Amino acid sequence: MKTAVIVFPGSNCDRDMAVALEQATGRKPQMVWHKDAALPQGLDLVAIPGGFSFGDYLRCGAIAAQAPVMRAVVAFANRGGHVLGVCNGFQVLIEAGLLPGALMRNAGLTFVCRDVTLEVATADSVFTSAYARGQALTVPVAHHDGNYVADAALLERLRGEDRIAFTYRDNPNGSTADIAGVLSGNRRVLGMMPHPERAVDPVLGGTDGTALFDSIAAAARIGA
Amino acid sequence: MQARIYVTLKQGVLDPQGEAVRHALGAMGFDGVHGVRQGKLLDVELDAASRDEAEARLREMCEKLLANTVIEDFRVELL
Repeated sequence: MKTAVIVFPGSNCDRDMAVALEQATGRKPQMVWHKDAALPQGLDLVAIPGGFSFGDYLRCGAIAAQAPVMRAVVAFANRGGHVLGVCNGFQVLIEAGLLPGALMRNAGLTFVCRDVTLEVATADSVFTSAYARGQALTVPVAHHDGNYVADAALLERLRGEDRIAFTYRDNPNGSTADIAGVLSGNRRVLGMMPHPERAVDPVLGGTDGTALFDSIAAAARIGA
Repeated sequence: MQARIYVTLKQGVLDPQGEAVRHALGAMGFDGVHGVRQGKLLDVELDAASRDEAEARLREMCEKLLANTVIEDFRVELL
């Protein structure tokens, strides 16, 4: 399975993401600098890591979404490619128009950095197929702007199309309907604020994120 | 040409920062402050053949980058 991790100035979870992907797929992902206008050939998945791309200037993810490589990522997604965005990566995917809604300042105004309990809201995606619907996971969050905003119409659509991937048990940021992660209409783009790549080794404090990467690797093996 | 762009949260979108400012003002003794909404102001200097062209380009800039139109409104002022 061929994967790539996009690196922006200010990305800081790119190497964690690479470790998690290599652990699941047995192959080192290619690290792609934001100024590259093209992605490597034959990719199965592009990951957009957490961090503070471009210093969170203007809005989190807004400048990164306009980087040359993002045009290629959007084209890849529009061709049906799999894209995973975590934390700042989720913000970038929203700003790039690949996922709906918006991510605002946390309702409590503080940076939240701790383990949270997530619930798997759907197992019907290449990212969540190794989980059971309703399964509880412990995964860390670390963000200041993770308050997912969806108006009533969008929320109804997300629910109707089973596109809410994860919800928080104890909402840390004020997100609409406790939403922690959402899928695109074709279910091939996932954005989530919590960090599954920081929960893939007991040394890190837990392994509940491993199944997400195993799901992706399994999907690639069967050519989903 | 000089322009000023105001980016503000749409009505109905909760503004936790504005709320915190309102609370702080109340705590400082500024009575009667019923609401504070926080926004952004951008001063832009640009080349344009006419005011109409400048405004059209600025609106496009707002829609594509300067504002997140899911949650924000914008207003363009040519100075």
